[in-house]
Amino acid sequence: MSRERTVPTTRWLPWHAIVVFGFLYLPIVTLIVYSFNGSGVGGFPPRDLTLNWYRLLFADEAIWTSVLNSLLVAFAAMAISLAFGIPAALALDRANFPGKALFRRLVLLPLILPGIITGLSLLMLFREADVKLSLLTIVLGHGTALISVATTEVFAGLQKLDRAQEEASLDLGANYWQTFWRVTLPNLRLSIIGAALLIFTLSMDEIAVSFFLIGRDNTLPLEIWGRLRRGITPEINAISSIIFIFSLAAIVTWYRLRSGAEGKADPVL
Amino acid sequence: MFSRAYRAAITVPPLLWVAVFLLLPYAILFCYSFWSVSPAQEIVHSWTLDNYRQLLRVNVYWQTLFRSTWIAARVMMFSLFLGYPLAYFLSFHAKRKELLYQLVIIPLWVSYLVRAYAWKTILGSDGVLNTLLQYVHLTRHPLDFLLYSPFAVVLTLTHIYTPFAFLPIYAALEHIPRNLVEASHDLGASPFQTFWRVIFPLSIPGVLAGATFAFVLSLGDFLAPLLLGGPSGIMISNIVVSLFGAAYNWPLGAAISFCMLALVLGLLFLSESLEKKWSFR
Amino acid sequence: MWPLAGRRRYKMHKNNVGTISEPATTGAAPSSTAPLLEIRNLAKAFGKTAVLRDISLQVAEGEFLTILGESGSGKTTLLRMIAGFESASSGEILMGGERLDNLPPYRRRVNTVFQHYALFPHLTVAENVGYGLKIARVPKQEVATRVEQALDMVKMAAYAASKPAKISGGQQQRIALARALVNRPRLLLLDEPLSALDANLRRQMQLELKSLQREVGISFVFVTHDQEEAMVMSDRIALLRMGELEQVASPREIYNRPATAYTAQFIGHTNLLSGEVKDGVARCQSLSWRTGLRDGPGLFSLRPENISLAPSTGSGSKVRFRGTILRQAFHGATELLQVQCADGLVLSIRTASQENWNGDVELEFSPADAVPVRASEIRQPHERT
Repeated sequence: MSRERTVPTTRWLPWHAIVVFGFLYLPIVTLIVYSFNGSGVGGFPPRDLTLNWYRLLFADEAIWTSVLNSLLVAFAAMAISLAFGIPAALALDRANFPGKALFRRLVLLPLILPGIITGLSLLMLFREADVKLSLLTIVLGHGTALISVATTEVFAGLQKLDRAQEEASLDLGANYWQTFWRVTLPNLRLSIIGAALLIFTLSMDEIAVSFFLIGRDNTLPLEIWGRLRRGITPEINAISSIIFIFSLAAIVTWYRLRSGAEGKADPVL
Repeated sequence: MFSRAYRAAITVPPLLWVAVFLLLPYAILFCYSFWSVSPAQEIVHSWTLDNYRQLLRVNVYWQTLFRSTWIAARVMMFSLFLGYPLAYFLSFHAKRKELLYQLVIIPLWVSYLVRAYAWKTILGSDGVLNTLLQYVHLTRHPLDFLLYSPFAVVLTLTHIYTPFAFLPIYAALEHIPRNLVEASHDLGASPFQTFWRVIFPLSIPGVLAGATFAFVLSLGDFLAPLLLGGPSGIMISNIVVSLFGAAYNWPLGAAISFCMLALVLGLLFLSESLEKKWSFR
Repeated sequence: MWPLAGRRRYKMHKNNVGTISEPATTGAAPSSTAPLLEIRNLAKAFGKTAVLRDISLQVAEGEFLTILGESGSGKTTLLRMIAGFESASSGEILMGGERLDNLPPYRRRVNTVFQHYALFPHLTVAENVGYGLKIARVPKQEVATRVEQALDMVKMAAYAASKPAKISGGQQQRIALARALVNRPRLLLLDEPLSALDANLRRQMQLELKSLQREVGISFVFVTHDQEEAMVMSDRIALLRMGELEQVASPREIYNRPATAYTAQFIGHTNLLSGEVKDGVARCQSLSWRTGLRDGPGLFSLRPENISLAPSTGSGSKVRFRGTILRQAFHGATELLQVQCADGLVLSIRTASQENWNGDVELEFSPADAVPVRASEIRQPHERT
């Protein structure tokens, strides 16, 4: 039985919402529209519809090398974040150990700290440890920063897990490890996939931490950044539009996964 | 309930990683702030308070810090002004809540760089906004202040962090049992009175969390100022970046960073205790 | 127990609720003065689903009316419409002769006690109770006094400075009550307020609520699915079934003279006898008795306690029959027997407990106790009429 709204609508609220949505999407829409603009970035109204910039983009080797680098980094970061984030979530949910409160805060800290602090502190670590900056250092940086994402997602999934299932498994003779693999993990599947998707997307877009840990090889955002310093070309619009489409697809998939699991999605942060 | 081996397996690896890659770096950061750099551009591991003394003495650091704080404060306020009514609308009035919620978080996950870049193309003197204004004859010359100014930084950062402010506010509003709203009406309070006396007080933890996100993340931002800030839009993190780059004074940069870290942690702690005070579970 | 210290401040109207003379499915108010609340042909549909159909009901001043029904019967919807949280698809609600249903909830002189209390977690108990008064801009001093009185009335004065999270469910319920009553509404609505309490506390609260209503003199409209609760507390019961009023009558009336088969079965236990009336004689299988009803099919409700062991000598005008005991259930003072009669008819009998039972018994009942009832048609829950 559906309930009606008990609060009569304040008239300006929907307008405010429209303005905010407009504000949020204006730059993105502009970006995409102008990626087809013959006379390049800027100027109004846009004319000369062309795919020129996309053609230029696809011929641009440096960009695609950086895309490859970004993919490598993203997959590696995903692996690290999940490998350490899942146990962290389990530990926070189930175990009691000295320093638990501190641990919780530390794990979640990179989410709220400005990237510069995470990036710089890791830079100094590598400097002192005499580690050369490269894609590896970027992977370590991303992994560290994104563990918190994995932990948050999996922790939320654990809250929804019915503890009685694990108890039933133990009751039927399985030990803790078997229960973990046969009961706990399958139930967390959706959370883990969702976390993986999110981490992948965030890693592909990451620039603040990567800025300090970059060696010879560029990731995609850093490659774009380098070109931006030199001047704007509509090629960047083209690649940005592509990035947007992919991010959009990733996030919609993530959201569907999440709400599919529960029926009602909880806000992530 | 769980065996010791299991408990060890789930606590030790993350603890180790966090210790090595989070705690240790902060400790090293702390140490760096007491070291100095030799004229030959080498880091000297001798302990001194010089860096902190320099921070206290030299004006430009204070000025930049204040400017950064003011920019961050404006971003926080605008994000709240934009985000709160939006969250309220979605939570209490919107018919297709789920869809609209998705629409709000999508920009969040689109690359920061992409969005900052987009604003750069819009605000430039040859950019979309200026040419549009001239096209409809609202202005005759390009407006200067749009780009390479604190205005551009505030605008871009507000754009980036409004969804960040929205999320915890929306979560808090969603948690308010709807029968409280009905009870308030039942007792004679109009919708506005109900909002002010019941809904808003119960949403304060969300507002605090959102405000903290927006403020802290803006304060430490260096990308938007680099792209859009111009000379008048430099923020404290830009100084740090240059100290790690061209200006090559890592220890000084570390000192500033550590101060920023301490400030951010202090703000987080303050925000958390305020949130606890205003939470009524 | 609450003190019945004769606080006259809250008395609005001292009114005797009269008795009605015949079973009624119209909700006409029993007393001769104008009804406080009048519901006329009220209907409500959510999309294609019809939840309430053509409800007409009156609530008298100072009466305790219970809306009784199973889940899905529409009882909560009806209450919410009186409170103002749902609007009518058609029909009207009037209070004191004036339209109520076109007013928003915050302008109605009606207050509600919510099922899960809905206390404001960020306000103290005293602030919760004083909320409505503050909104109405009652002067501070008066607010303090009235809040204190209200808390005294529900015996929760010691908790004035506590937050709702710190008090128990039963205590929260009292606060919710005080919060509603302190505003001196013309009508108090209670949405299954006792359903979250455990059985003992529930029984205690039933009696306390009843006394409180008498004390305060305000009309109470109480919603529940528990028929025992309804019988204990109400002046009148309105039985709602799948969106329509089955019967509206006092507890005694509804128990002794149920109008329909559904009513007879929902409230208490009964035996339903179906048969035929011909030439002044009602015949249900092997049982028959004289009746003044017209010819035609007949359905009768016969309560188990109205069938008793027949004495060895004649029964006079009573219907006498023999049966074999199939099953017996011991209930302490009474036992419930299942007895099979000559032609396979099985009846339930409630009678005083006895050590031994013979397999065969002679039973009797008075024809007046075989109450004619209307058949209840099978209703699909979600039809649009």
